Amino acid sequence: MSLARAIATGDLAELPSRRDEDWRWTDLRGLIRAMPPASPASEGPTPPAVFAAETQLRVINGRGPDEVTVGAGETRTLALRFIAASSGTAHVSAIRIVVGEGARLTLLETYEALAGGCLAEADLDIALGAGAALERVVLTADAEDGVLVSTAVVTMGPGARFAQTALSCGGRRQRLETRVSHPGAGAGVRLDGVYLLAARRHADITTVVTHAGLDGATDQLVKGVVQDQARGVFQGRIVVREGADRTDARMGHHALVLSDRAEVDAKPELEIFADDVACAHGNTVGALDEEALFYAAQRGIPEPQARALLTEAFVGEVIDRIEDEGAREVARAWAAGRLRATP
Amino acid sequence: MLSIKDLCVSVDGKPILNGLSLELPAGEVHAVMGPNGAGKSTLSYVLTGRAGYEVTGGQVTLDGQDLLALSPSERAVRGVFLSFQYPMEIPGVPALTFLRTALNAQRKARGEAEIAAPAFLKLVREKAAALKIDFEMLRRALNVGFSGGEKKRMEILQMAILAPRLAILDETDSGLDIDALRIVAEGVNALRAPDRSMLVITHYQRLLDYIRPDRVHVLAGGRIAASGGPELAHALEREGYDRYAEAAA
Repeated sequence: MSLARAIATGDLAELPSRRDEDWRWTDLRGLIRAMPPASPASEGPTPPAVFAAETQLRVINGRGPDEVTVGAGETRTLALRFIAASSGTAHVSAIRIVVGEGARLTLLETYEALAGGCLAEADLDIALGAGAALERVVLTADAEDGVLVSTAVVTMGPGARFAQTALSCGGRRQRLETRVSHPGAGAGVRLDGVYLLAARRHADITTVVTHAGLDGATDQLVKGVVQDQARGVFQGRIVVREGADRTDARMGHHALVLSDRAEVDAKPELEIFADDVACAHGNTVGALDEEALFYAAQRGIPEPQARALLTEAFVGEVIDRIEDEGAREVARAWAAGRLRATP
Repeated sequence: MLSIKDLCVSVDGKPILNGLSLELPAGEVHAVMGPNGAGKSTLSYVLTGRAGYEVTGGQVTLDGQDLLALSPSERAVRGVFLSFQYPMEIPGVPALTFLRTALNAQRKARGEAEIAAPAFLKLVREKAAALKIDFEMLRRALNVGFSGGEKKRMEILQMAILAPRLAILDETDSGLDIDALRIVAEGVNALRAPDRSMLVITHYQRLLDYIRPDRVHVLAGGRIAASGGPELAHALEREGYDRYAEAAA
């Protein structure tokens, strides 16, 4: 059951619903009453890219390249733009990304809506060779009435490194899901996210990391800010299989809820079947610190500005972890823009 | 300058200040001393507009303007500064960023141009050096992981940069060793000026050996129980607050 299958077959019964445990906070079947027509081919002009990169690839209305390969030992920066160009239509895309042995890829992925009300799924199949390094930064800019599901399945060779930061502004429903098969063996995963939601937007950051071998590390920090009637969802699962000893896994999810009608649902899970592991998780959902706000006001900073300052600092901790300097600056500007736009 | 008349304040419905009156002329430094629970911190918070302090009577004016009608940031813009007894931590915001944001917010509210980065850095370097604050510390999140003494010095640095009309120092000596106390006191003394008034709130006379007040007020039972010259502080140190506490009860 998936949005992609529902779009491909036109069968609404294929949509994930709240009866599926993994989708209980991101119900699509209750939301979508009729399947929109398939998105047409579109070659129209697209706005300037959000991320600067030597290679720019576009997937427009589900049509684009289906495989990208970075050869062994190469270093590349790639902007991958998923663009919804038609309004009220549906499309699915799938792309395979192969990062060869010892290669380095910075993947700057955007989801852009040029029109409203699209239904889209993008499936990424990402394979990292031994010693390869991938930094993936995902930024969504979907319409308020757009529905988007992005699912990345990541496999890693020994000693590989996968670092991800998902930046979400949400949509009518939006889910960024990442499933990582962690081989242990000195490989490292960083799986971060930021969701900044206003109006009635919804965003769901779901991750599953499965440690299958000795000596693996996973570090996760996800932060969210929700206001108005927005809803943030975080589902993080780290599985440490039998035999995956000496795994070091840390998960943190922290959210600020800035209005009474906004909501955050979080399900952090650690499933540990191995011995001698270091695993920790922390999860907090709360409001801005009133004492810090008073302190800032006492120094002459008006309350809306103080709230923006403290909120930007709150998510800044995640953005600071982005390694690519250009992407980090884009992320910082994105966060500042979203947090200051809506008081 | 600052005029407090018959101020009555309740917290959670419980009266804390009961008709407090105090006149603080421009250029003077007044000490407010009193036993624990007399309402010293309440006075500093009600003057700065913290939530949870309900004014049930009286008035407070600064240069003739009703202070109680203003929001905390508006009061700051008009020159009210509080050196906190327990300065708050501001996670993720470097001290430099916080200071520059505060200074520019005040300048903007007063219709002045924002300070340019080089001029700001020069100003901060100069004031930080005088307070023996390592400039690198200012790149760290404000007060996060700072020692008690470092926090108090940061308060005085902010005061030096924001150059308030009315500075309220709430138990600025608490948590300071003798060397830190001297540095902080020198910093405060350097800020004495004909157009700046200071209210030094303290439990102990010790701080007043370094910051010589023009007048000393005894706060007991929610009002000023006695006022006098600097010698009053010494008398309190010898005799304690008992007779005022009894008088108030």
